[in-house]
Amino acid sequence: MIKNTLPRAALAAVLLFAPAFAAGQVPVPPLAARVTDLTGTLSGEQRAAVEARLAELESRKGSQVAVLLVPTVQPETIEQYATRVFDQWKLGRKGVNDGVLLAIARNDRKLRIEVGYGLEGAIPDAYAKRIIEEDITPRFRQGDFFGGVSAGVDRIVKLVDGEAMPPPERPALSRDSDYPDLLFYGFVAVLVLGGVLRALFGRLLAAGIIGLAAGVVTFILYNVIAAVIIAILAFLITLANKFSSGGGSSWSSGGSSWSSGGGGFSGGGGSSGGGGASGSW
Amino acid sequence: MIRRIIAMTLAAATLSLAGCGYNTLQSTDEQIKAAWAEVVNQYQRRADLIPNLVNTVKGFAAQEQQVLLGVTNARAKVGTIQATPELLNDPQAFSRFQQAQGELTSALSRLMVVVERYPDLKSNQNFRDLQAQLEGTENRITVARNRYIKAVQEYNVVVRSFPSNLTAMLFGFAEKPQFTVENEKEISKAPKVDFGAPAPVPAK
Repeated sequence: MIKNTLPRAALAAVLLFAPAFAAGQVPVPPLAARVTDLTGTLSGEQRAAVEARLAELESRKGSQVAVLLVPTVQPETIEQYATRVFDQWKLGRKGVNDGVLLAIARNDRKLRIEVGYGLEGAIPDAYAKRIIEEDITPRFRQGDFFGGVSAGVDRIVKLVDGEAMPPPERPALSRDSDYPDLLFYGFVAVLVLGGVLRALFGRLLAAGIIGLAAGVVTFILYNVIAAVIIAILAFLITLANKFSSGGGSSWSSGGSSWSSGGGGFSGGGGSSGGGGASGSW
Repeated sequence: MIRRIIAMTLAAATLSLAGCGYNTLQSTDEQIKAAWAEVVNQYQRRADLIPNLVNTVKGFAAQEQQVLLGVTNARAKVGTIQATPELLNDPQAFSRFQQAQGELTSALSRLMVVVERYPDLKSNQNFRDLQAQLEGTENRITVARNRYIKAVQEYNVVVRSFPSNLTAMLFGFAEKPQFTVENEKEISKAPKVDFGAPAPVPAK
């Protein structure tokens, strides 16, 4: 089972990214900061100023707002591209879905405010459109990109502030939901393999092999302490195995969640259903 | 010894149940239902916008009766089709639903073209808000349809590939209908550019 998940994940990753390469779409940049500028439009200080405001919003309300400037999104539309970016960045908290993406395609002269499910009440499409038409595009037309982004972000922050949100507690890194699954399959594996090995090598040797194997697997997937505990448990199960007793022991291999954020900024698992508005200048 | 065999058989049965794709069938089937609910939800949202939109346009462009009537009729037609999850197991009902929604889409886009001739209407804030909502809803429909298409694709692959196709047959999981491009014909036709000639000749 464990062996199965890895190729499956790899396959999913290939399937996910293959169409992007095949159709010559603009790739989605990795999410490393709240403001991602691939056009070199904003200066370092300007970017830092916007980022500071967005970081302050997240610490206060928990909502994640990100800005992305790219040269072009051709051959896609800005809507399609924004949807892909949002799907990949997963802005907003999981379950709350309070993320907003301001995507700007500079050479296409198109922009979009993509709103997560949880903020569709705070930022209805009509408001998003007004932000674009009243605050952002007039400044963009004059070439004032920082002014436009800054004014747009200000309005978004104000609207998010008006919405009651769950408090911004950083959720503890939760185990993946397949944790009990792995436990169960691991337990079954110990029982089955233990039975086979005991028939082959005898009780003590089989228990040793199983214990070692379980420990190594757990060590690879999890950490040393868990590995030791699991190894001992697996050893004992195999040594004193009476199938009728049914066990009551556990074999865990934590589905540890690798958080992608390397100190920077990462999405919280939110999603969007295509809400928001687009505009051009 | 017998006990051991029983236990090993049980364990093998558990593993093979997971391997035969039954659970995958169940979960992908549920995913389709959820994705479909979102599609219906967004179509409903669009239908709910229409009375307001029609009324606003009427206030400025009452003479565009034909176009307005077209939208109202298309919306009424959409309303008569119940979009239950059972619809997914009936390809004909599914295509009827899709056709009705497609007609509403084209009626609405005709309305939006007509609107361009009325600057007062276009600068009306109420209308602009409605227009933004309509655009947003159309985009949501696109996103919801794409997610449905992906969910169905995943499910159909499970239903058709070995060995899960045997499980699917056994438990009566059939392939689900997929969305197609409704206006295939329109797309393949070259766009007609009209510079205000009073009597446009139909293309066919």
